[in-house]
Parts: sequence; C-alpha cells; structure tokens
Amino acid sequence: MSVNEREHKEPLIRISKRTGISAPKAWGIRAAALLLALIVAGLVIFAIVKLSPVKVYITMFKGALGSPRRIWVTVRDTMMMLCVAIGLAPAFKMRFWNIGAEGQVLVGGIATAFCMIHFAALPSPLLFLIMIVASIAAGGIWGIIPGIFKARWGTNETLFTLMMNYVAIQLTSYSVARWENPPGSNSVGIINQTTKAGWFPAVFGQDYMLNVLIVMTLTVLMFVYLKYSKQGYEISVVGDSENTARYAGISVKKVYIRTMALSGAICGIAGFLTVSGASHTISTATAGGRGFTAIIVAWLAKFNTFVMILISFLLIFLEKGAVEIASQYNLNEYASSIITGIILFFILGSEFFINYKVNFRHTHS
Amino acid sequence: MELETAVQMKDITKRFGDVAANNKVNLDLRRGEILSLLGENGSGKTTLMNMLAGIYYPDEGQIFVNGEEVSIRSPKDAYDLGIGMIHQHFKLVDVFTAAENIVLGLEEKGKLDRRAIAAKVKEISDRYGFDIDPNQKVYDMTVSQKQTVEIVKVLYRGADILILDEPTAVLTPQETDKLFAVMRNMKADGKALVIITHKLHEVMDVSDRVAVLRKGEYIGDVATKDTNPQKLTDMMVGRAVTLNIDRPKAEHLTERIEVQHLTVKDKDGINRLTDVSFTAMGGEILGIAGISGSGQKQLLEAIAGLQSAEDGSHILYKDESGAEHELLGKNPLDIARLGVILSFVPEDRLGMGLVGDMDLTDNMLLRSYLTGRGVFADRRGPRKLAATVVDELEVVTPSIATPVRKLSGGNVQKVLVGREIAMNPTVLMSAYAVRGLDINTSYTIYNLMTEQKMKGVAVIYVGEDLDVLLELCDRILVLCGGQVSGIVDGRSATKDQIGLMMTQLQSKEEQA
Repeated sequence: MSVNEREHKEPLIRISKRTGISAPKAWGIRAAALLLALIVAGLVIFAIVKLSPVKVYITMFKGALGSPRRIWVTVRDTMMMLCVAIGLAPAFKMRFWNIGAEGQVLVGGIATAFCMIHFAALPSPLLFLIMIVASIAAGGIWGIIPGIFKARWGTNETLFTLMMNYVAIQLTSYSVARWENPPGSNSVGIINQTTKAGWFPAVFGQDYMLNVLIVMTLTVLMFVYLKYSKQGYEISVVGDSENTARYAGISVKKVYIRTMALSGAICGIAGFLTVSGASHTISTATAGGRGFTAIIVAWLAKFNTFVMILISFLLIFLEKGAVEIASQYNLNEYASSIITGIILFFILGSEFFINYKVNFRHTHS
Repeated sequence: MELETAVQMKDITKRFGDVAANNKVNLDLRRGEILSLLGENGSGKTTLMNMLAGIYYPDEGQIFVNGEEVSIRSPKDAYDLGIGMIHQHFKLVDVFTAAENIVLGLEEKGKLDRRAIAAKVKEISDRYGFDIDPNQKVYDMTVSQKQTVEIVKVLYRGADILILDEPTAVLTPQETDKLFAVMRNMKADGKALVIITHKLHEVMDVSDRVAVLRKGEYIGDVATKDTNPQKLTDMMVGRAVTLNIDRPKAEHLTERIEVQHLTVKDKDGINRLTDVSFTAMGGEILGIAGISGSGQKQLLEAIAGLQSAEDGSHILYKDESGAEHELLGKNPLDIARLGVILSFVPEDRLGMGLVGDMDLTDNMLLRSYLTGRGVFADRRGPRKLAATVVDELEVVTPSIATPVRKLSGGNVQKVLVGREIAMNPTVLMSAYAVRGLDINTSYTIYNLMTEQKMKGVAVIYVGEDLDVLLELCDRILVLCGGQVSGIVDGRSATKDQIGLMMTQLQSKEEQA
C-alpha cells in the first residue's frame, strides 16, 4: 500500500494564516525585509558591476538627499506621488479600479496650463482660484465619466479608466501643438517665464513649500474623510458588498459617481501642483507614470494616507537614488531599476509574512 | 459484534493564533457505523474533520488509519488513505456534467473514456441507491443532486471513510430521508461514516454513535440508542437546557403589512412570485415554509424595498393610526423615512446583512450612520450597542473591534439579529435565521422572535425545519413555486400536510 511509502513526518514547511499581529511586530517584519532587500541588492550589484554595494548605497542616498536642493526636489516629487495616491484612495477603497489617475493628472495639468497661458494678466489670487477650480473640474470630469458608466451600465472600470488615459494623452498632444512656444519646438516651453504668472510663490523662502502645505492638508482631510465621515463609511460598505449597501439604503450608483468625481478631482489637483508648482510646463510626460505607481502606494498603505507619506517617500527616494547611480557609475537606467525592483519585491513580499505564518517542522517534542 | 476501527485520532490539538480550536481530542471512527459529531458552533467539529481531509494539519497529536500512523498533508493524501469529505459548500464546476465533475482532478493516463466513467458512476449509484444522471450539467441540478455528485465523486475515488459536513442543512425533509437511506446502504457496505449536523432528530434517526465536542474539548461519546436529545444537548452545552419553544398568544393582533397580488419577475423574465397575497399581523409570527428557492428571498426583499415588482402588486404598511403606506417602489431609506421600522435578517448574512471586513461597531453603524450630526458618522451609540449585543447574546469575539468575518457563523448571526432587534422594529423579517446554528443559539433566536411578537411586532419567519415552524409560528404560509399554496394554523397543522403543500399547489385546486 502506498501508505507505507509515506513518511510519517509532518510537512517541512506549513503556512497558516495569522489571526492578528501586533503593530511593532509587523513593522519589524517590514524593516527586516528592507534590510534583506539591501543585502540581496548589494550582492547583485557586486556580482554584476563589481562595485562596492556600500558605495552604491551612499551614492543613492546622496542622489536623493545629498544637498538642500536635492532634498527639496525629492520632497516635491514625494508630494506629487502622495497627492495622486490620496486621490486614488477613495476609489480603491470602494474597490473601483481607477487605473486612470494618469489621465486625470494630465487633464488637471492641461486646465492649469490653459489658465496660465490665457489668463496671465489677471491678478494673482484670482488666477490661482481659477486654476484650482479648473484643474479640479477637469480631473473630476475625467473621473466621473467612468463612474457614471459603471453606475448606469455596469461597464468595466479598469478598461474604461485606462482608455481615458489615452484620450488624455492625445488631448495633451493637441494642447502642446496649439501652445507651442517657440514655434517648431514641439513643446510648450516654460510658461510665463518672465512674469511668473500662475507660478507657486515661495513660502518661508522655499519654492516647494506650498506644494507640501497643500498635499499635507489633503492628507489629513482624506484620512478624516475616509475614517470618520458618513460618505467615507458609505465607500467602505460599497467596497465590501454592494448588496449590503443596498440593504442599508445606500444608493450605490450615487456613491460610485460621487467618489469617482472626488478621486478624479484630487488627481486633477496633482496635475495643478505639477504644472503650477513644479514644472511650469505641460507635456505628455507630465504625469510621468505616477498615476500607476500611486496605485502601489495606495494599496500598500491600505488607504491610510499617513502611511502613504512614508511609502511615497521611499519610492521617490529609490527613483532619485537610481538615477544618481546610473549617472555616477555610467550604468544604464536598467541597472538601477534592478535595485529598485529588488527592494520593492522584498517590501511587497513582506506583507505575505505579516498575513501568514510559516511553520517549520517541529524540533521540540 | 466488535466493529473494526478505521481511524483513530489521538490527542489532536489545533490552534489558530491563541485559540485552541481542538485541544487534545481523541476520536475513533469505525467501519459499518455512522457517527454523529455534535457540538455548538465554534466547538471545533469542522476543524477536526478538516484535519482528516487534509485541509488543515494538526499542531499536535497522531492520526492512525487502519492501525498505521499517517500524515495527511493534503486532500490528495486523504484520498489515498480512502478518506473523503463532503463539504458544506459544494466545489463543482457548473458547466460540466456530473461525470466530468466526478473525474475532475483524477490523474488517469490515456484518453478520457466517458463511457467507462458513466458505467462506473452507474455502478456506484446502483450499489447505494443514488439517483444520478452522469450526463446532466451541474447548473441544471437541484442542491440535493449537486450533493449527490459530491458524494459519488468521493466514492469514485475509492473512499471508504466518508465525512459529511452538515449535509442536510440545505435539503428538504424528503431529500434528507433519501440521503439517510443512502448513508445506511453505505454503512451496510462496511464504510465508516461521520455526519456533522445540528438537528438532533437527525442524529437520533441516522447515527449509531454520537461524539460530542464542546469548546474544542472532547466531551465523550454515547451509543445513540442509550441517549435522547435532551441528554445530548446537556452534554453539548455543558448545562441543562430547556428545549421547549413557548408559544404564548398575543393579546392584540393588529394588521401590519398587507401584500396584494405581488408578482415578481427575475431578470430573465421568469416569475419568481406569482400573485402572492397575505396579511402579516403585529403580535404574531407568520412562518413561511417552502422548498428553498420557492420565492422566499424575493418576497422578503420586496417588502424590504430591495426588489421591484410587476404592475398591480401592492405592499401596504398600516401604521398605528390606521394610515396605509405603499412600500413597493421605495428603497430601504425611503421606507425608514416613512417612519416604518423594518428589521430584516437576510439569508446571506455576510453578503447582505453585514460588512465582513468591518468590526462589530461599524456593523452596528450600518443602520444608523445617517443619524450622526453633520458630515461625520457618530460611532458612540453603535459602540455601546455592540457591547450590549455581545453581552446579552453571549457573542464569542475577541473584542468589538474584531472584523465580523473572523467570527464563527453562529456569532455572526447573533450580531446581525442583535442589531436588527435593537432597532425596536414594528416588522421583523428573518430568512433561515438559524441555518447552521447550534441548538442552544437556535433556541436563543426562537425566544427573541417570540419576545418581539409579544411586543406587538409583526414577525415574518422564513424557515426550513418544519418541526420548528410548527412549534414557533402562529400561522404558516406555504409557498410552492412562487405561489401561495395555502396558509395554515401553526397550532393545528401537521408536518405531512405542509410537506405536501410545499410540493403541490393544492389549495387553489380545492378552492376552484
């Protein structure tokens, strides 16, 4: 009988779901993952390019935080990423797969650039007001369209929002062609370079301080909105079970549309921050893939906007560091992408060990 | 005659986190015997059996099959040892036929020989008296037929130790009898059988021996002929429990809900309810009997404002002043705004009544989140309510901040029923409120229903256990294929009478 061939041993490794884990332990696992990632990435660096990993890491650190200027650029980009992630949080909490942040950011940026170009003569406060309203409206419309279609006709939001990205990209190309400056450059150039109309003013002597203030305010507001407001509660219920929502008298359609308008609007603000508060130009690269990376940020943080700060920072830090080592050691961008990939892999993988416990065969009696 | 031991479980311990689901449990299964495994919800019955079926692996203890110590690491290991488990939730592919489902996952070499498979399926069916068509698609099957496929699937793989986890929960009395006949045939064939069920009359009916678990501990076993439901309940609960349902008569009956000519079509245009009319009275429990899927769900959801109906249908609510309000065409919030407090315990607890990922407090909030001031939801009331429900209904939970998905079935139901009753309703509807609940919890729920009735609430109780319906309800409406086949008095009707009405529309013909 096959029974006899079987060893009477328990399996070497068993995986069981944890019932709960204390916060310090969870963060311990994450920290261990990061450390492990650095070691593995170090080995890979050494194996491929024969460089000292420690030197490479120091270079990365310098690239992201090596000078006040670099620190501020890192902070600025972190805020951008964070802003998009905050915008995505309500949509994903509702289990609405908004893959369209990229497009929502772009249309927000187009609206901002439009105002900067056409209303440059207006007094600054009025111009800012118009820019903010326009970018919110543009992003909101970009978000609300797939929201309405999903609510009314049950269309698949993933495909829909993704397609909206391409529309937004084409719209950007069209705008760039119209606003070309100087003609023939195929770019908009720096808008209002001399007047600086519609540029974020320096606050406390820092060019990007206003970005920080705006995004931090959004961080707090979104946290409170999701956690304590009635609408935030509705979003959670709809995300878990549409039937339960109907049972409680929640209008599922309304929640879809409203939440997507909000999600798009905040992504629109991210576009506004980029154009008015950072690049002062618009191109199809304005969103720069942040709309997709921010999905990782939102999920990893489990929609807790404060945790998103940390994750956004980590991702931007890696990005800046990778660019620096690429240029310093004459490596191409792919080498640095490998390092970023390894680190992300370990961080994402650590979630498995937070949710599950791995039991090895007993050694005790 | 001494029966041969098929399986011996020795000092089995299984922990989930800090909770010991099984603590040093010893259990023997014998060939030619049907063993009932009995215990309250969360006492560890299914966990224990899952370890035999290779779903879980014990933390401590030994398992012997045919006297040899074994290690069951996966369902495949279990099959190799001749152990097969029929789970509560079927694992079948809808678009496949019975035969295709039966051979699915078997790694047999060569071409798929449908004729040989059908022949073997037929041979198994004939031997034990199953009624099965190997070429029928699963989506065309009734629940009972699907269950048959599951059992044959296990037998096809050569199992001679069978575990059935609450097989009767979804069956009609007639189907249950059929299942028990098959089980007795398998027993006569020398197979070892385990049945998990909460229905004590079934335990008495079908099993030879009863083993009792309580809170993960093994309490003991008794021969079925030496015991009775009262003794078993006492063993299970650990103290004496009264198994009587009080049925006092309310002093005043008031007309509360009048359903007129209710016709509901599903999205394919098929009638789920046809011309249903009845009145539910405050101060009585109106039972609704019927084979599952006879329109019970649509009926309750129509009253709750979750189901649209055809023209000519009316659901009228009569308030204290005698004014009538049409409920059809309104959503649950509209209905609440009319001042109608309508509690509803739906069949699908986590899919409709509760939010699985949310904790107890937030689930209490579901019915009251709009009452908070301004834009913020007020959680103080719900938090207090959660604590009260946990306290009064003895909900077993680590804390009120635990997601309800992590609670056991009975406790989930208590949370739901507790919240709905706390609304102080004028109408209380419940669908299969005790499905999957142990006897002690079930009686708690029956008592709560009666308590509400005595407060003047119109209670509508959709049930499947006819014995309970006859003991609990003042009147019983019997549905058959979406039509009312009659309304009988709960005190004078008989089980046979209702059983017959469930399967054929007789009253209509009598009236004609």
